[in-house]
Amino acid sequence: MKATVVQFPGCNRDRDMIAAITKIGGIAPQLAWHTDTELPESDLIVLPGGFSHGDYLRAGAIAARAPVMNAVRAAADKGVRVLGVCNGFQMLTEAGLLPGSLMRNSGLTFICKEVILEAVNTKNMFTERYNKGEIIRCPVAHHDGNYFADAKTLNQVEDNGQVAFRYAEGTNPNGSLNDIAGVFNAEGNVLGMMPHPENLIESAHGGEDGRRLFESVLGVLEREAA
Amino acid sequence: MADKEFKARVTVTLKNGVLDPQGKAIEGALASLNFGGVSSVRQGKVFDVNLSASSKKAAEDTLGDMCEKLLANTVIEDYAVEIVG
Repeated sequence: MKATVVQFPGCNRDRDMIAAITKIGGIAPQLAWHTDTELPESDLIVLPGGFSHGDYLRAGAIAARAPVMNAVRAAADKGVRVLGVCNGFQMLTEAGLLPGSLMRNSGLTFICKEVILEAVNTKNMFTERYNKGEIIRCPVAHHDGNYFADAKTLNQVEDNGQVAFRYAEGTNPNGSLNDIAGVFNAEGNVLGMMPHPENLIESAHGGEDGRRLFESVLGVLEREAA
Repeated sequence: MADKEFKARVTVTLKNGVLDPQGKAIEGALASLNFGGVSSVRQGKVFDVNLSASSKKAAEDTLGDMCEKLLANTVIEDYAVEIVG
């Protein structure tokens, strides 16, 4: 199983992501830089959180046009699994690999706290170790996490089962439409989410609710390789 | 024929129907400064771009392409291109 973490100037959660994959998958991920035009052979590509390029223009907008994103797009088109967390989610929407967009939080403040999520679609390789409807804890840290899509796109996302996670009822922290915290692409091999599962994987973090996301996808990849 | 220099102003605004919490906050601040009669404020972005192109039409086409590919996120934003000099 080969995972690759892509690093951009201004990433700050890349090391947390590397640690989570290493601890849970048992093997350190490969690293790629934003100027790379090719990626090493990968079963899983991860775009981590942070503030790439200072989030100038729009969150994730400059990173989404980086040379490496052509390689990420080509891999995603071939079915390689792609995970984007926080700024990585913003990059994936800006790159057109996921539907919708992430706007300024409705309350205008940066939100850094623990939220509670509902696992919505658990028939996916990223979420199969959660139970449908299960309520889990997860940290968030973002200024632009307010998920928006036009009515037609939103209906498609809902009807196709592309909602991976919602903020639990009554707890939406940022104004996201339909309480959406994470979405899949139509094919189900790309997941973007604002909360940080990599920051809740062991008792030292105060909980392990994020761990099963990595166990799900890394487990699927191991089974496929066997 | 040699390319000419153009000065352009690109305006990017949120589409109708997209909530603009920053515009709402500005609206509230204007009200607190006792500016009456303001029915709404929408925040946008302005880019002043100097570029060379073979014609005004070619410059406008290039700027439109820039908007589609980078300057605007057409999921949430509209854009307008104006050659100002």
